[in-house]
Parts: sequence; C-alpha cells; structure tokens
Amino acid sequence: MNMTSPPGRDAVQALVPETPVSPENRLTIAAAPNWASRVKAEFSDIFGTAHLWRLVWTLSVFDIQQRYRGSILGPFWLTLSTGVMIGAMGFIYAGLFHEDVQTYLPFLSLSLILWNLLSAFTAEGSTCFLQSEPMIRAMRMPLSMHAARVVVRNILVFAHNIVVIVVVFAIMHRMPGPDSLMIIPGFALWIVDAFAISLLLGVFCARFRDIPPIVGSIMQIAFFVTPIIWSPAILEHRGIGTVLITYNPFAALLEIIRGPLLGSPLHLSTWVVALGYSSVLIMAAGLIFSIARPRIAYWV
Amino acid sequence: MSSINMSNVAVSFPLYHSESRSLKKAVFAAASGRLGKDEKKRVVVEALRHVSFSLQTGDRLGLVGSNGAGKTTLLRTLAGIYEPVDGRISINGKVTALLDPGQGMNPELTGRENIRLRGLFDRLSPRQISQLEEDVAEFAELDQFLDLPVRTYSSGMVVRLGFGLATSIKPQILLMDEWLMAGDANFMDKAKQRLETMVKGAEILVLSSHSPNIILQWCNRVIWMDKGTVKMDSTPQEVLSSYLSPEQYAEANDMLALRGLTVTM
Repeated sequence: MNMTSPPGRDAVQALVPETPVSPENRLTIAAAPNWASRVKAEFSDIFGTAHLWRLVWTLSVFDIQQRYRGSILGPFWLTLSTGVMIGAMGFIYAGLFHEDVQTYLPFLSLSLILWNLLSAFTAEGSTCFLQSEPMIRAMRMPLSMHAARVVVRNILVFAHNIVVIVVVFAIMHRMPGPDSLMIIPGFALWIVDAFAISLLLGVFCARFRDIPPIVGSIMQIAFFVTPIIWSPAILEHRGIGTVLITYNPFAALLEIIRGPLLGSPLHLSTWVVALGYSSVLIMAAGLIFSIARPRIAYWV
Repeated sequence: MSSINMSNVAVSFPLYHSESRSLKKAVFAAASGRLGKDEKKRVVVEALRHVSFSLQTGDRLGLVGSNGAGKTTLLRTLAGIYEPVDGRISINGKVTALLDPGQGMNPELTGRENIRLRGLFDRLSPRQISQLEEDVAEFAELDQFLDLPVRTYSSGMVVRLGFGLATSIKPQILLMDEWLMAGDANFMDKAKQRLETMVKGAEILVLSSHSPNIILQWCNRVIWMDKGTVKMDSTPQEVLSSYLSPEQYAEANDMLALRGLTVTM
C-alpha cells in the first residue's frame, strides 16, 4: 500500500544507466475492460504475431525437423507415404466406383492431400495452446503466435505433398488450365480459416479437455459425407443427397481449390458457401479469442 | 525512464477439477439447469489481492514471504503472463522475466536451436543471433552438447544454459526468481560477475528470494507478501527485522559484514 519509495533510492538512481523506453515496451493491462479495449488487445496480439513472423517460421521448421530427426528421408517420408496411399486407394476405388483411373486418380490425390491439410489444422489447432504451455508460462508473448505456428507448420507439410499431386498429374497427362489461378484466392481463404479455427479450437481445448476427441470424431464423419474419395458427380441427381455437397462447408472449401485444378466448372455458389461459413468462423474465433485471451495462461 | 505501476491488482486461479474440465458435463449441467449453481460454487484461489505499489528507475525490490504467499504469481503478473482479474498494471520498459531454469525452452530441440529461438523472440538480426550463440556457448561451457537436444542435458547443464541465455540480454526491468542464485559453488563464482553486471544494468529489479543475505545485498526496498496481500512495504532492514526472527536477522547481518559488504544499496 505504501506508494512512496523508501529513502536511499536517490543514491542508487545516480548509478543506474537510464535508457529511453521504446513505445513497443509500454504495456498497460487492465482487468475487466470494455469491449473496445478487449478487441484492441486482441488485435495487438495478432499484430504482435505478425511482427514475430521469423520466430513463427523457425518454430515451424524446427517442429518438422524434430519430427523426422534421425530418419534418412526426413520430411519426404510424408511425400512417400501419401504417394503410396493414393496409389493404392486410387486403383481400388476407381474399380469400386466404376470410374476411369485417368480422371479418378488426379481427383483423389487432390482431395486426400487437401483433406489431410484440413484435418491437421483442426487436430493440431486444438492443442495449439496446450502444447506451448512451457512457453506461455515463461514469458509474455502474443498468444495467437501459437495458432500461427500450427498454420505455418502444416503448410510446410502440405508443401512436401504437392510433389505427389504433380507426379500424378504428370503420369495421367493432365495439365491444369488457366482457371487454376483461382486457387490463389482459394488458398488465401484457407490460411485465414486455418488461423481462425486454430484460435477457436485452441481456446476451447485449453478450457475443456475432452474436446480433441470430439473434434476427431466429427472430422471422421465429415470425411465420409464429404466428396473426397467419391466424386460429387455420383450424387448429382439424387435429390436430398446433394445437400451433402451444396451446404457442406468442407465440400465448398475443397472445391474452391480442387475445381480450378481439375478444370471442372466452378459455380459462384460454391464460393458464396465457402465465404459464408468462413465469415461465421472468423467472427466466432474473433469473439471467443477476445474474451478468452487473458485467461489462457491460467488454463494451460 | 522505466516504471511499473500496480493499482489494486487481484489475481485468482480457477480450480478446475476433472468434472468442470469436461464439455459433456458442462453441457448436461446447462441442460438440466445446474450451470448457474456450478458457476457460483466454482472454487477460486485468490493468489493476489489488492496489491498496489509503484516502482521507478533505481528501485531494487525484494519480495519475501512464505511458500504460497504469492511471490512467484506476483512476478508472473508483473511479466504480463497472468493478466489480473481486477485492477490495472502499467509497465514501461523492456521486461525480462527469469522465472525458472527451463525458461520455456523446448527440451526436444538442441541448445543452439533454443538460443536461436530466444534471439528471434527478441527480434535480433541474424548477426546478433550468432553473437548470442557464441556468447552463451562460451559461458555455459556446453561444447559439443550444444548440438544435442536439451533433454539429454544434466540439470546443471540446463541451469548453465538458462543462466547464460538469461544474462546475455540487457533488460530495463528484470524480474528474477531465486533459482538464479542457486548452483554449485564453482558455477556461482563464475556466474556472479555476469549476474551482477546484469542486475546493475537493469533500471528496475524485482527479486524474489528466501535468502536474507541476497535481499540485503541487492535490494533497497522489500515487500513482504502474505496470503496474496502486501503485508509490509519498506526498507530491507525494517521489513527483514520484523519478517525474520531476531536471531536470523542478526545472523544475516553478520554474514553480510563478514563478506565485507555494506548495506548501501
């Protein structure tokens, strides 16, 4: 309670070198703030992450190196195992669905690799804060950095798998047309969504520990009801079944990247659905993160 | 000019037992209208209550108090890790918090990689980072261990690495838990000078310690924490003479005199 300094301070003060305080080192934390300051703190957290992009990148690279430390092929094990799986599944399911391997294999390789990316975002996003507990409790840093790390790490994994897609397209003599430029806005949306879902699930999983298995089983169901191993053409004239394609957020997100590369016509409605679900997701993540951000250090 | 201002700060920890950690239970409780009751019954540990003080350049604050009095929580709150549930903190100055030897290092990564991450966190340039690496490696004497994962280190090596890393940074505000003062005699001799340079260079020091010697040696102001509140805030002599038993206080003063140190700071 004593707000005055004890005597003897002036003597020390002369000995201490004084350096100016840069604005970035000024910080005020107030409890129970209003919405405006909560959102402001949230944005400064996210900008802080952007400033630390070199740290985020290095952490992600280390994550991957660490996973494959001591193996000869290193991260290319990812490429190899994905390639083998797609090769095996491609021929079996092309037979089961009576599809032409020439068209089915490029479809399957794109779908599966994109789906692996998407489910990795949800699975690893769930544990983004829990996993970084030692860091969170050791020093103050932007918390959204842990979500950004999940996004960058999995994009790096995905980059290894692109090789498989290229090889499949080359073997099947498929050449993506000029439409494929549409994957650029598509990927931009994926990255924003991945960041949002990591923040959202990360917060929930820090508070409620039984969420990761729930997320896992939802994604398992989503895998089967989304056109990933089966082509959307199968359901074309099946009435109610088309709901699985039209209003399925996963189907829309997959299609905005897969469609342009396969040269299939991309409907505006697909983008509308993808953007609609994404804005709901982003708003939910923004809301939840702004409320929970000060509490995360207590939860992990 | 660095400063810290805490006004009426409160920090409380929610105590989650396994039931409240479950979403399923929370949903069923809400559905059966039990959530409201649950909310009020939630057990909370009030780790800090009505803590107010301000520090300016030149202040060397020591924190004393029994285990669980809130010293480490106060350090974490000053570092901005725990955000208060009540009150307001203003911190002006670059803060370095040395709270435990691990310092958020990833045990799966090598010593060198951990040093690099710290450098990137402080937004050092690649050249400064390699300088940091050299500096820490030389001090910690890890040699070839620097390229092995930190989990293979002995606990002494972890302390050396953590210490070297911590003391290579020049903070304006330095928050320290007493682990830095612990270590084998051989190491402490070497570490002492490095630590002194850093402590003297810092504009504000907040140090939590159980050792009256260290408090008398380093601090010019002491706060006695008790059950999450400030019990006493005054000069080291005044606080320690009531915090310690008369014999302990006399002994601490004797030790200090024996070492030829005067209580000038």
